[in-house]
Amino acid sequence: MHGQRLERFVPFLMVLPSIILIAIFVYGFIGWTGYVSVSNWNTFVPDFSFAGLKNYAYLFRDFRFQSDLRNTLFFSVLFIGSCLVIGLALAVLVDQKLRGAAFFRNVFLFPMALSFVVTGVVWQWILNPSTGVNLWLRALGVENPPLWYVSTQVVPKIALGRIQFGLPLAILAVVIAGVWQQSGFAMATYLAGLQSIPEEVREAASVDGATEWQKFRYVILPMLRPMTITIVIMLAHVSLKTFDLVYAMTGPGAGYVTDVPGVYMFETSFRGNHYANGAGIAMVMLILSAAVTVPYLLGRGRRDLGDVDIN
Amino acid sequence: MSTSTRSPAPRGPASRLKAPALYALMILVALFFLTPVYVMLATSLKPLDQITLEQMWEWPRSISFQSYAVALEKLRPNLINTFRLVIPATIISALVGSLNGYVLAKWRFRYADQVFTWLLFGMFVPYQSILIPLIRFLQEIQLYNTIAGLVLVHVVYGIPITTLMFRNFYAQIPDSLMDAARIDGAGVWGTYVRIALPLSLPGFVVVGIWQFTQIWNEFLFAVSITQSTKQPIMVALQNLSGSQIVQWNVQMAAALIAALPTLLVYILLGRWYVRGLMAGAVKG
Repeated sequence: MHGQRLERFVPFLMVLPSIILIAIFVYGFIGWTGYVSVSNWNTFVPDFSFAGLKNYAYLFRDFRFQSDLRNTLFFSVLFIGSCLVIGLALAVLVDQKLRGAAFFRNVFLFPMALSFVVTGVVWQWILNPSTGVNLWLRALGVENPPLWYVSTQVVPKIALGRIQFGLPLAILAVVIAGVWQQSGFAMATYLAGLQSIPEEVREAASVDGATEWQKFRYVILPMLRPMTITIVIMLAHVSLKTFDLVYAMTGPGAGYVTDVPGVYMFETSFRGNHYANGAGIAMVMLILSAAVTVPYLLGRGRRDLGDVDIN
Repeated sequence: MSTSTRSPAPRGPASRLKAPALYALMILVALFFLTPVYVMLATSLKPLDQITLEQMWEWPRSISFQSYAVALEKLRPNLINTFRLVIPATIISALVGSLNGYVLAKWRFRYADQVFTWLLFGMFVPYQSILIPLIRFLQEIQLYNTIAGLVLVHVVYGIPITTLMFRNFYAQIPDSLMDAARIDGAGVWGTYVRIALPLSLPGFVVVGIWQFTQIWNEFLFAVSITQSTKQPIMVALQNLSGSQIVQWNVQMAAALIAALPTLLVYILLGRWYVRGLMAGAVKG
């Protein structure tokens, strides 16, 4: 029957608008950004003449961009690492089933509902070297409390290209604010993992005479691996595209100690009209992000394909 | 959020001896998490003469709502902008996600899974990598610097996450429920309207809360697509805190006002919010 043949296409037609939109707005626009990144459009007037890799060559020699890559690396490692450790510790704490645990879980998770802009605005004051935390530290007798995000120190200083390769201390302030906001997500994910571990597994380990620590280390922790992977992927994605937190809290900082690619991209494109350079930064951000998320997505896609007849 | 009223015997390392130590630890961490809230409250409730760097941690000697009046006066147009953005964007993107998720979960066509994976990737793209073309495109179609343009942007880039959430939601509805309608000769659309949609309320609550929170808090699109009178609340808050003239108590009042709606949603509907958070984090 003619109608039935048409009927087979209806499901596809229903998702077609979304497919087209994503094809244009995600894949088409990425292609367009790539095209801009190899053009000469570095003024107010669009200029799509071919520049080859000139803009990329400029960026990778650029002091600011080199600083950004260094900062992103240190920020990501510290931010993700802290969220994992704190998130796991809090999940284990909440999972002890003490009375009132749910209240504490809600407290640890509430910053997730806030905007990075709000987080940035508030932590800017708490970590302001002349007030905030330093008032407490001075009261406790600390002579020279940290300068937080105002510090221009890089430790250790290893000359690499045009920058000093090491941890810019100012980044720690941004890490603290980021961890405050996002570690609740790690906790919630680990908590879901802990609660999905069957009671029999824990009991079996106890029967075998395992101590609490052995049980945690050799039975529970390995079972939380999928959660760890999920958290790392999600937070790596968050940290690589970071913009609003830094923009609201510190800005690029003196000598670009707190600058990140997201801030540089925004400023150079929309404040300086260097669109080709901005597009180049965006493409580097995309490649870094895709390197983390694509393997994960494909792995997941393959698992989902398990029940589908592929022909 | 649900709290179980019965308190089972503590398990794991928490013997009765350790419980006080665990409580002490949790309270300590909770204090760290609540510190910014205290700072916002204490600072925003102070009159001007108590705003000094030395007195940052002191609770106001006299409560004053003056900074709220000033902040609200400054932010009112931006609050209106944000509501005009968030409400339509949340509703439309939830509806789109519902349709997509339903089809991808219950009416598999060939390559449905490849399509889904390609859609999902849109969730993980740093938006900087589409921003320059997006702005050009919005200028072309006369939607640059309009709330409508921002609504369009949030609906489009919300497709991956809302589709994912609804696909997982509809996957849990048993096929047998839909077979009855199919036997009656209902097609994709008829089954959706008669069977799936009436069962969708929890899905809409989770996705609605998620999108509301995300769009309310979003900054990059807001700051690059709108100017002055069209700016949403987060851009106004950033402008306010960036300008040195504005009093610090007004900044904190503004931050609290900007944070309040999503915070209220979290406090009142936290269980659904967490569900969205977990649904969005695709399991490894």
